[in-house]
Amino acid sequence: MGTKEDDSGRSRTATTAAAATNAPGAGEVGAAPTDRRERINHMPGAGSARAEAISAGRREMLSDATRNQIRSLAERGVKRPRIGADAVCESLLRQGVNVWFGYPGGVVLPLYDVLGDYPELRHILVRHEQGGAHAAEGYARATGKVGVCLGTSGPGATNLVTGIGDAMLDSVPIVAITGNVVGSLLGKDAFQEIDITGITLACTKHNYLVRDANDIPRVFAEAFHIARTGRPGPVHIDMTKDALMGVCTAEHPETLDLPGFKPTLDGNVRQIKLAAQEIARAERPVILAGHGILIADATEELRELAEKAQIPVAHTLLGVSAMDETHPLSLGFVGMHGWKHVNKTIQSADLLIALGMRFDDRVTGHVPTFAPYARIIHVDIDPAEIGKNVAVEIPIVGDVKRVLTALLPYVHEVAPERRAAYLREIAEWRAESEKTPWHGSGAWRNGQLSADFVVSRIGEATDHDATLVADVGQNQMWTARYGGFRRPNSHISSGGLGTMGFGLPAAMGAAVGRPDKETWAIVGDGGLQMTVQELMTLVQEHIPLRIALLNNHKLGMVRQWQELVYAGNYHSSHLLGPDWRKLAEAYGVAAFRADAPEQVDSTIAAARAVDGPALIEFCIAEQQNVFPMMPAGKGLSDLLEEQFEEPKQ
Amino acid sequence: MSPTGTPNPAPEPEAHPAPAHTAPPARALPGHGESHRHVLVAIVLNKPGVLNRVASLMRARNFNIETLAVSHTDQPEVSRMTITLRGDDVAVEQAAKQLYRLIDVLKVQDVTSDPTVEHEIALIKVRADERNRGEVLTIAEMYKSRVVDLAAESLIVEATGTEAEVDALIALLRGFGIKELVRSGTVVMSRGAGSIEEATKR
Repeated sequence: MGTKEDDSGRSRTATTAAAATNAPGAGEVGAAPTDRRERINHMPGAGSARAEAISAGRREMLSDATRNQIRSLAERGVKRPRIGADAVCESLLRQGVNVWFGYPGGVVLPLYDVLGDYPELRHILVRHEQGGAHAAEGYARATGKVGVCLGTSGPGATNLVTGIGDAMLDSVPIVAITGNVVGSLLGKDAFQEIDITGITLACTKHNYLVRDANDIPRVFAEAFHIARTGRPGPVHIDMTKDALMGVCTAEHPETLDLPGFKPTLDGNVRQIKLAAQEIARAERPVILAGHGILIADATEELRELAEKAQIPVAHTLLGVSAMDETHPLSLGFVGMHGWKHVNKTIQSADLLIALGMRFDDRVTGHVPTFAPYARIIHVDIDPAEIGKNVAVEIPIVGDVKRVLTALLPYVHEVAPERRAAYLREIAEWRAESEKTPWHGSGAWRNGQLSADFVVSRIGEATDHDATLVADVGQNQMWTARYGGFRRPNSHISSGGLGTMGFGLPAAMGAAVGRPDKETWAIVGDGGLQMTVQELMTLVQEHIPLRIALLNNHKLGMVRQWQELVYAGNYHSSHLLGPDWRKLAEAYGVAAFRADAPEQVDSTIAAARAVDGPALIEFCIAEQQNVFPMMPAGKGLSDLLEEQFEEPKQ
Repeated sequence: MSPTGTPNPAPEPEAHPAPAHTAPPARALPGHGESHRHVLVAIVLNKPGVLNRVASLMRARNFNIETLAVSHTDQPEVSRMTITLRGDDVAVEQAAKQLYRLIDVLKVQDVTSDPTVEHEIALIKVRADERNRGEVLTIAEMYKSRVVDLAAESLIVEATGTEAEVDALIALLRGFGIKELVRSGTVVMSRGAGSIEEATKR
């Protein structure tokens, strides 16, 4: 925000290195230093005996720890004291961060001033802090590592909040860093000052306000630990400008002192045995696999449990890709826009085994009618999720990978014959539920391009190995339903907060985190217009993201609700958009367009051939809805299908 | 961890789920049981903003705090909060679990049904002159409270006791006219040698 950076990190590094080679013995007395960094560290009369004595005296004043750190700075060819900003960079490197997403501004300039000395930290300059936060989320979800984003004080910080909130609701480990005004101005309504820790208090796992450079090493070590341990989540660190600029003598802690943060990882053995008994008794068990399976890297254990006891696996929106969808026991996606056969299976189940999920209202619908015959085993690492939305019979608090590993030996093997009738019934429901008028045909009514066809062709073309990142709305539901996911974490979606504008920046972060995997953003024309400026970041950083724009000139999900729930009162859901190909080309992004089913495969192939980012505008049917749909306040048995009937009064 | 809410009855070993066309039993919604007063003790780190975190969480999670008393403990780095709130058992258990999610919270205990000493202090400024002062003093004495300030037209009664005792005294004094009233909120300690703080001692 605000202040322009005059120099890129890389060229800064080059000049620093050059200065370093010249530095020893180069001090002609009184010579005007030319390099900026040399100027900052310039001692009057450099090279003279007096100047040497002063420097030696200054060194004496600093502790051993600082001398060690100065040596490490010296190894970088940098002659200056270690300041808070250095401690930030060191902390990031110690935590294994090698890429982060940020936007500079007044109070974080001390940090940007030293960034050139840490070339191994790749800073990606986003075009809006919200994009930075979503990119950090996408990075975290594609890699399993902690994502990092940065903004300046005031507006830079508030712009991060949407992404922080998104990470909170979806349990994504990110560390969001902001600067703040100097400590003496805090609370004085200074320029670009806002009580950002007060704001993020409600949407972070934890947050910090750092006013002393010497707190930075400890706070960063704690923040990364908290972000990725137990139930992951966002941690926000706000640092005053003087903390960033102040000399830092504190060492990085080797151990942490967090007496109030001790997540339970191992499940209670008694409860695990009870769960095994329930599984042995059940005739119609269903596994509900959530995001926790992916976070805990428990996909193998999930498959083993499903196979050992012959239990079909349904997944939540964030649990998509927890199980290879071609596996015979994989059922599909549950909930408001889930598959009808999945919802029917849950409604007829006698046992739900909920693994790393939280019974969101989009999953349960009306709770009193949810899975009415089922007893419930609920495994979650967060005790507060147990019994929050649905009362359960067998609660198990723990890391789902550890719990499943402990549970598997107690689970009796079930012969497929014992489940034959059950699985056959589900297969019949499935055949019926997948037989919608347009599914797979490529064309919706009047031959217009069908969105589900586009999504399924992207899945096919990328061999179901690409990471597909959805935005929010109809595009999100089509992606989850028709993407055809086989690889864990190949599906990324804003589930909890439902943040429009998430798709493009999150996909950018995922593409940066997994350069070995192809990445697609599948977005609508509404969401893309919210964060479209990140196209420029893609070009500047040469990120080979493919963007599938499902353009129906509508806020599709809003329009769908207006059609089905608000009697066709289409207020504000028709949306003008730019000429997308011109816009993309103006950014320097290769652009393609497909209007008809037969153009889909060729444009996908053309976009995949581009070296760099590419966008395809798919002109899809404007009136197409996502079915089935569970109306708000109704249950999983009350699905709307293609024809909506007015409720009888 | 005990099961929360009303569990569905265990199925008979041979039982199959009822066919889908018969009306199934409604699943119980957590947190909709009978509401009554609960007393929670929270042991928290004595850091800036902790009170804000607790208060913000209770507000965001839709819990209504009736009283909240905070103070240092014998350990300088640890503070103690006594929170009274209304809700059903499941809702209050949920509140305690949500509090545990805060990094600065060390321990939360619902002491509602434990044997405890529960006290609050109230200062009550009552309208009283020479005509009815004696009557006020008698009431105050009966409630083991004492007069800490006396003026021509008013006096201040300092009362300690349980919330109910203080309520009763206030009800009696209301007839004389209460000019000003302040209550500290309940503080509580479990009876016997056990200590809620013990586990947090370092």
